[in-house]
Amino acid sequence: MTEEIIIAGFGGQGVLSMGKILAYSGIMQNQEVSWMPSYGPEMRGGTANVTVILSDSRISSPYLNEFDTAIILNQQSMDKFEKSVKVGGTLIYDPNGITKHPTRTDITIYTIPATDEASRRGNARIFNMIVLGGFLKLKPVVEIENVMKGLEKSLPKRHHGMLPENREAILLGMEIIVKK
Amino acid sequence: MGELRLMKGNEAIAEAAVRAGCDGYFGYPITPQSEVLEYLMSVKPYETTGMVVLQAESEVSAINMCYGGAGCGKMVMTSSSSPGISLKMEGISYMAGAELPLLILNVVRGGPGLGTIQPSQCDYFQATKGGGHGDYRLYVLAPASVQEMADFAKLGFEMAYKYRTPVMILSDGIIGQMMEKVDLFDPIPRRTNEEIIKTCPWATTGKTANRERNIITSLDLDSAKQEKHVFDLDAKYKRMQAEDTRFERIMCDDAEYLLVAYGSSARICQKTVDVARAEGIKLGLLRPITLFPFPTDEISKLAGQVKGMLSVEMSLGQMVEDVRLAVNGKIPVEHYGRTGGMIHTPAEVLAALKSIIIGG
Repeated sequence: MTEEIIIAGFGGQGVLSMGKILAYSGIMQNQEVSWMPSYGPEMRGGTANVTVILSDSRISSPYLNEFDTAIILNQQSMDKFEKSVKVGGTLIYDPNGITKHPTRTDITIYTIPATDEASRRGNARIFNMIVLGGFLKLKPVVEIENVMKGLEKSLPKRHHGMLPENREAILLGMEIIVKK
Repeated sequence: MGELRLMKGNEAIAEAAVRAGCDGYFGYPITPQSEVLEYLMSVKPYETTGMVVLQAESEVSAINMCYGGAGCGKMVMTSSSSPGISLKMEGISYMAGAELPLLILNVVRGGPGLGTIQPSQCDYFQATKGGGHGDYRLYVLAPASVQEMADFAKLGFEMAYKYRTPVMILSDGIIGQMMEKVDLFDPIPRRTNEEIIKTCPWATTGKTANRERNIITSLDLDSAKQEKHVFDLDAKYKRMQAEDTRFERIMCDDAEYLLVAYGSSARICQKTVDVARAEGIKLGLLRPITLFPFPTDEISKLAGQVKGMLSVEMSLGQMVEDVRLAVNGKIPVEHYGRTGGMIHTPAEVLAALKSIIIGG
């Protein structure tokens, strides 16, 4: 099994931390992992993206030109990465703020209204975990118990009180993701 | 097996330096390597192992603090990215001349000048052919993973003391910024002053009655003596070549075509090899792990086996000159690579191989 993922959106949406939690979850079940962020000027107030690879075997390139799954969270990233999904691959996006929806017919497209759900609950910080839940519903590459262990590893101890709400957010994401 | 963690390359090398028994880190922040200093400040080794961590007022200060520490036999380290390494070059040349152990990390970014903060491999010439002035070489290691960032800190210090020389770890923004799984080696205690006196008889550890003064210098106004000193350095560099040249062969045994790439570009090329093999092209990859000493003999041997070589570097083509010297005209050798902070994809490398080497 090898899953090559790009997660792309605005800085502050939790793009990089979602990737980090996914990578940690992979380690918890003995997978090889790589996490390659954008760290350029676009991070400072603009778009952010991270390439995450989970695999049962040694990972070659951490930098890729095409992906099994693209998780897209703003329009700029849609413009840039819709075309980078492998034929037969998966594109997940939050329609909030998207003006030009994806049009490809050779990939499977899902939507997840994570922004709306997070604001309905008055908790913007669970946004990225809702999205992660949606992804895991489609691609159960890591078990949820390992995701929780990954969360524990990547969250500072003072935030461990937030673990239950993150778990609920993941479960919520699994419910609300729909095929376009 | 030691301890398993998910870390950035920059964090892994910082942690590994502490575990290797480093006595002092002196640096100055610059993207994309600032995490080295940040990580050290956050783990505070000065409260545990006693290792000094100091943010100097400039790169020039930092390298000269290293010069002072190394002269006393202390295990010292500095890190920077391309423009900062250029500032350190005078000190590096002095330390090579004075034969002092030092670990230098260069997390390369695009140049020339201030260039860009994105990854690049445009400092190959600077690392392997001088950079600073004079007849000297550095022992240059090129890590291709976060694991090697950790492992090469330990190996780098070993080489620095084995050869009494500055060692450079030539990394880049990809390896520095990416996170991977790291198996950390068990900590080695810092050497005591007694151990330093015993193992570094050349160091300025305080003159005792029964020996001459130790002098740390790179200056000798007697040219005959200076020539002998340079010849001695050369003998040391030849010994590095004979004893400590490192490389990795990937799918080379039956290869008809060969990629030569180091560091992050070698990781990208591994994927190219996989894709090419799936298409039926017998492609191999030779990854130099030491850039000086360069694996000249291995490349020369492979020149008798493959039909052509493509040196793939994130630069205009620097290592390709060393590949050509090793091949010595036997087969075509070309370069491909993006530069200025752009990163070539596995697909672009394969397309280049087909058009420049196979079809060329």
